[in-house]
Amino acid sequence: MKIAVCIKAVPDTETKIQLAADRQNIDFTGVRFITSPYDEFAIEEALKLKEKHGGETTAFCLGGPEATDVLRDALARGLDSAVHVCDASFVQLDPLSTAKVLAAAIADGGFDIVLCGHQGSGTDNSLVPSMLAELLDWPQANIVVKLEVEGGSFKAEREIEGAHEIVQGSLPAVISAQKGLNEPRYPSIKGVMAARRKEIAQKDAAALGLAGKVGSAQATMKIKEMTMPADRPQGRIIDGDVDTAVKALVQLLRSEAQVV
Amino acid sequence: MTSTVSASEVLPYGEFLTDEHNAIAEMVRDFATREIAPKAAEVDRNARFPVETFKELGKLDLLGLIVPTEYGGAGSDYRSYAIAVEEIGRACGSTGLSYAAHCSLGTNPIKLFGSEAQKKKYLPKLASGEFIGAWALTEPGTGSDASSQKTTARREGDSWVLNGTKQFITNATHADVNIIMAMTDQSLGRKGISSFIVEKGTPGFYVSKVEKKMGMRGSPTASLTMEDCKIPAENIIGEVGEGYKQALTTLEGGRISIGALALGIAQAAFDAALQYAQQREAFGQPIGKFQLIQGYLADMSTQIQAARLLIYHAAWMKDHGKRVTLEGSQGKLYASEIASRVCNLCVQIHGGYGYIEDFPAERFLRDAKLCEIGEGTSEIQRLLIARQLGL
Repeated sequence: MKIAVCIKAVPDTETKIQLAADRQNIDFTGVRFITSPYDEFAIEEALKLKEKHGGETTAFCLGGPEATDVLRDALARGLDSAVHVCDASFVQLDPLSTAKVLAAAIADGGFDIVLCGHQGSGTDNSLVPSMLAELLDWPQANIVVKLEVEGGSFKAEREIEGAHEIVQGSLPAVISAQKGLNEPRYPSIKGVMAARRKEIAQKDAAALGLAGKVGSAQATMKIKEMTMPADRPQGRIIDGDVDTAVKALVQLLRSEAQVV
Repeated sequence: MTSTVSASEVLPYGEFLTDEHNAIAEMVRDFATREIAPKAAEVDRNARFPVETFKELGKLDLLGLIVPTEYGGAGSDYRSYAIAVEEIGRACGSTGLSYAAHCSLGTNPIKLFGSEAQKKKYLPKLASGEFIGAWALTEPGTGSDASSQKTTARREGDSWVLNGTKQFITNATHADVNIIMAMTDQSLGRKGISSFIVEKGTPGFYVSKVEKKMGMRGSPTASLTMEDCKIPAENIIGEVGEGYKQALTTLEGGRISIGALALGIAQAAFDAALQYAQQREAFGQPIGKFQLIQGYLADMSTQIQAARLLIYHAAWMKDHGKRVTLEGSQGKLYASEIASRVCNLCVQIHGGYGYIEDFPAERFLRDAKLCEIGEGTSEIQRLLIARQLGL
């Protein structure tokens, strides 16, 4: 079984986010990048599929130099090989362009399944997995919390509002992972050491046949402006004995918070 | 973690540490932060050895970090090991101590001095976490003065028969493999000491007293008693009479790890103190704006930096085949003493909150103190350093 995993380098979830001067992105100065947390479930599922069915696993990451560390991390966790998709024109891509690039990298690889996190931490668009499936013209299941693969088909349990939905489809397919799909393992020391010695393949726009076809000029959507969330107002302490304080609190919950 | 500093970020890059060390540091820190640190307070409060953490450390190859690959280890170097101890110790002093004792003392002597058969039998299991290791030199009447120990081993046919009590033995309650120093010839003093492997469950061998400690409470410390404890003749490590020499070599390497442990605890205390100083307000501003507090934090960070350089320099020397009798002692002495000072200031900066269990400051101080005592007291380190100076 040939398994592809799409991963994304995102700012460490503990980063103190500051906006860049042009307010069209965040300020990346000193930011540490990590694998997008949902992608960790995709990596783990790939490892489990390989343990069960055999085969090989490849990680794909589209991005700048920050991609190297997350690809090494994926290798350290046990994926067999890694492809860094990188080109000077692949900057500030919109989700559709990202999906086009990934589709070009994956299409002719003979993969049986593509696993992604269901959303990238930070931008949280949840668009790329579905767009990728459409561009590849493969079936897809997103927000998956349980996956079974047998023969040429898959059965996936999806999280939907208040319930779970079970869908079936044929392979090859694109599956996007939701928290709960599995418990991602930590890389081992041997894994970390082995990952340092593996080559990371590079693919640029020319190698993918995308020279001049994908870039900020072709983007169908652009970020116009980012703003920081408003400062959270200070907490308030309601004075007085219990009866008065509770009454005042209920009053405020009605009139101000409007939750009761 | 945002405010923390790691070895890889402060050392002359490419000099002491490689990319691989950097990657190992990230991996251990990630695991320690997510899986070990959240349990540190509970482990301390209940004096509970987190055996489940040890199984995980085994799975991740951390217990076998310096065990050669042919015996199931990762075959990494001493710098990686110091990094692992520092990062685990930063998350939880107790876990760091038990980890260091397992590797430096419970495993390393078999790797360094054991027979091929002993290596094949024990190292893979010590590396995987199936076995936990302990090492026993100290006795009720002897600590630093190893040559006057009372535990004996006498040869009887195809066996050795051990008698005596070892005290203050880290990991003793859970150890499957115990390395015991015993006198094979009392008249020879330190040259009459030999070392033996005693497995858990051997008749006549038992855990006799579990200590209640000031700090490092999640790392079990107990006495081991041997009463006509009979072990196979092949369980001697190396030759008869080599025990003391082996112990000195074992402790020489162990010192770097205790220094790294002290460093990890000091870094945790500094991180907590810095964060507290930035958040806690008094007289209308964060206390970190006051110069006395700034002075404390400046001293703490300077001392930690100096300790880190000493420790990783010693580890680098060891990885390059050099003796570290001097550098190991200097690193251990300095790191453990500044750790106590840094942790004391961490309590001071926290004020009343530093003195109560709700904050980790008081635990850091209790844990750090051990590093000035275990694996050679500060006084012994000074003697060893003086001897290296030709005094």
